[in-house]
Amino acid sequence: MTNFAVHLEAQQHSLQAQVHDTLASGTVHTTGQQHPIKLYLVVWGWLFVLSTCSYLVDYFGLHGHLRWSLILLFMVLKAGLIVAVFMHMAWERLALAYAILLPPVLVLVFVAIMMFESDYTHLLRVIFFAPVT
Amino acid sequence: MAETALTNTIEPPARPGGWRGIAADWSSDQRAFKNVSWGKAMMWIFLLSDTFIFSCFLLSYMTARMSTTVPWPNPSEVFALTIGDKRIPLILIAIMTFILISSSGTMAMAVNFGYRRDRVKTAALMLATAAFGATFVGMQAFEWTKLILEGVRPWDNPWGAAQFGASFFMITGFHGTHVTIGVIFLIAIARKVLRGDFDVERRGFFTSRKGHYEIVEITGLYWHFVDLVWVFIFALFYLW
Repeated sequence: MTNFAVHLEAQQHSLQAQVHDTLASGTVHTTGQQHPIKLYLVVWGWLFVLSTCSYLVDYFGLHGHLRWSLILLFMVLKAGLIVAVFMHMAWERLALAYAILLPPVLVLVFVAIMMFESDYTHLLRVIFFAPVT
Repeated sequence: MAETALTNTIEPPARPGGWRGIAADWSSDQRAFKNVSWGKAMMWIFLLSDTFIFSCFLLSYMTARMSTTVPWPNPSEVFALTIGDKRIPLILIAIMTFILISSSGTMAMAVNFGYRRDRVKTAALMLATAAFGATFVGMQAFEWTKLILEGVRPWDNPWGAAQFGASFFMITGFHGTHVTIGVIFLIAIARKVLRGDFDVERRGFFTSRKGHYEIVEITGLYWHFVDLVWVFIFALFYLW
């Protein structure tokens, strides 16, 4: 057992030394996230287009469900592009992606709760604080 | 024993993907995030916690706006600017949005050049990002000044529901603070990049990790998050 452990450790030391050598000599430069610049420029362009679209929703004064659904659609698309490409989440392992991306989804439960709560508050205000006619 | 002694520098063997990969990564008392350094993992976890903070701000804004019986001021008119003699709705906010997106673009390219060890281009792009960020904060200061002069206070405003001011100052103020911190962080790291601290393993903050330019990506994560938050604020506060 001890022999085995010693053997393993020795192997590791040589491995580490090797890795350090290659790093120091500069033969390994492409560590981390490497993607073509063009990808970033394309995403940049799309973010501009989507922002312009969401601004135009306001500029043309769209109203009601059309306005809200368009705003949310452009918002989700922009957020998705930023997280997936700019923050490189598309290339991370799922263990990290799910650990980071799933918890915020639970905020939607909070949103639902607060919608009930504010409807209720609104109702009370209408009933008890309405101006006396 | 051999497992615990392994350091970041050794590439792990190929691991399964999909759900099987998630189970394998998270089980058996080991490092859950296999090919991500502690710095990057911790930045992601910090950003997750920051997400909850901004979620709470936007939620309280939603609650205030849904429960008030007084009409909410129309942001399209509140944030309109008169340029020439034409009144354009929300134009300042639109320009601020484009500036912040552009800063995200330059930041993404800075990360790329960082991993190619192109020091000058990386630092230049990071400084460009910082300049965009500073411009954004400047325009926000202009916007605040304009609204305060028009009589908007956290407890009152001339156009409608009193909660408008509180929500506005809280949300944009907190976001502006994040941008400001980001600008400072960017300038600090850009200086280190330009000086070559990451190549010579110079002693100091964030420079100890064997010639890696990963801190540029970590700074980038923070910066993109600031942009991400603005996407939500723009949609939910200004456009709604």
